[in-house]
Amino acid sequence: MLAWAVIRPRGWPEAVAAAPAAVILIAAGAIPAGAAGSEARQLGPVIGFLAAILVLAHLCDDDGLFRACGAWMARSSAGPSRRAVPRRLLVQVFVIASVTTAVLSLDATVVLLTPVVFATAARLEVRARPHVYACTHLANSASLLLPVSNLTNLLAFAASGLAFGHFAALMAVPWLAAIGVEYVVFGRFFASDLNTSDLNTGDLNVRPRRDRDRADQDGADDDENTRLPVFTVIVVGLTLAGFAGASAAGVNPAWVAFAGAVVLAVRALIRRRVAPASLVRAADLPFLLFVLSLGIVVKAVTDNGLGRALAPLLPGGTSLPALLATAALAAALANVCNNLPAVLVLLPLAAPSGAGAVLAVLLGVNIGPNLTYTGSLATLLWRRILRHHGSSPDLGEFTRLGLLTVPAGLVIGVLALWAGLHALGG
Amino acid sequence: MTDSDTQLRSVYIWVCEGTWRASVDAALSLAPADARFTLLHVTSPDVPDAAHGAYAGLFGRGHRAADDPGTRLEKMAATSASDLLKAAAARLGRRCERLEVQGRPERAEVAASADADLLVVARDGDRTRLGPKSLGKITRFVVDHAACPVLLVWPEPAPDVATIPPPPHHPPPPPHHPSPPDR
Repeated sequence: MLAWAVIRPRGWPEAVAAAPAAVILIAAGAIPAGAAGSEARQLGPVIGFLAAILVLAHLCDDDGLFRACGAWMARSSAGPSRRAVPRRLLVQVFVIASVTTAVLSLDATVVLLTPVVFATAARLEVRARPHVYACTHLANSASLLLPVSNLTNLLAFAASGLAFGHFAALMAVPWLAAIGVEYVVFGRFFASDLNTSDLNTGDLNVRPRRDRDRADQDGADDDENTRLPVFTVIVVGLTLAGFAGASAAGVNPAWVAFAGAVVLAVRALIRRRVAPASLVRAADLPFLLFVLSLGIVVKAVTDNGLGRALAPLLPGGTSLPALLATAALAAALANVCNNLPAVLVLLPLAAPSGAGAVLAVLLGVNIGPNLTYTGSLATLLWRRILRHHGSSPDLGEFTRLGLLTVPAGLVIGVLALWAGLHALGG
Repeated sequence: MTDSDTQLRSVYIWVCEGTWRASVDAALSLAPADARFTLLHVTSPDVPDAAHGAYAGLFGRGHRAADDPGTRLEKMAATSASDLLKAAAARLGRRCERLEVQGRPERAEVAASADADLLVVARDGDRTRLGPKSLGKITRFVVDHAACPVLLVWPEPAPDVATIPPPPHHPPPPPHHPSPPDR
């Protein structure tokens, strides 16, 4: 089933294999129907939460939030000193990508923000490589802050028993530390690209773009399109505040996400900006079914031996060495298969040691995937086999960048988490 | 190839984000007026590949080819390349050929300019500190491997000779033993 999710025959959704696999395992008695049911009950709210966030991000995009970000990045990067443009743009990209990932999840950064960043770099006539790579890296390493930033966090959030605000407070410093490590490494690694710009041109302004197709419109800079969608930003802000409030009041924050998505959806539907079908599509039902099935399959596999095999590897407690080892094991496992199965396997093993161990698992599974540019060796190997166009991507560069950022990010992130646990309590 | 063709010098100009104006200007002022100009832009697949990879890494969500940001980046990269070549042609103001190539920039550039008489390349690299790293990977490779003379130009005004650092204060100590006479 994992192989299917990696290979994706004929482009079919992953759920096509995952759902029958879950049914077969239940039918064969590998997992008792009751245990499967309780797993589903535990995953249900998480999946609903995820669907609401996916729809929210989609509606933000429809309302021009990311186009507005692109226009803002272009305006504030263009300045009197041409030489500083690539570096200024890198700072803007780090800010926008980190916030987008934290608030609207890594999917939004990868799918919705990356094209805008590329278009902005092209308009500013800046080499896009550092900026696009920053998006792909930050989609992982900047997804530490909030439970909504990454599906792995949502799963861990449910398992850790932490309140939303407490989760965010414990992860804030590790989040900043991971972003800081990325920024320092990127600044040095891409020094050549970031210092390449014309100085001998007085005539250079932001290059106007013609709107030819959808791809071009990502960076379109006519004022009509790029005003900041204030209403949407306010709704997202209120939704965020609502997460913390609801969680503190003992209400599942998924309801707040749902409410935020409904407000934006109703407004967009009344204004006929979106079709109902596209909202359903944004919620990505096959993916939700896949997560549910994956949870049941992983539970069956864990109960039938994998859990016993991994348990001795996972240190107990929340001492600094234990946290480091936990994060390293999580990163390794995420790199072998993928971070979603990795977190599902490790959570039940780490949860008894307390919230600190659960968060260390998250550091591992969220930062770790940057070692390979596809997030895991399995996906990477399959893509190498599939590759039909002649030139293969420069894997060496991706890997060097990953080797520079991941271990440093993990160590500094775990140190920050350990300090936070002592200061704030786990 | 006709006789008149062989008389003409073929000048390739590397058009790259951030530095192409300097290359075009250098070609205009230094190349023979009757040269045949070719504007060469290389699109590297790395950047769209990074986006393809990130999308593939979204485990369980990667089943919609239409959403793959890498595909959109490929389209935008093609548009951007043709816009850049158009702007370069306008700045050159001469009849010229526009050549858009896919591949690793340094290799594609050397291969495409194999038959040129001159290749005009602007320096890339970290020029905040002049030294080994101020010639970037791409220009270093081109300088080493190009099959024709390379005109290496500064993207900004060339540094003044006075910016050369002073020689080291302490010259290396003389060798303890006199060097062998047969040198």
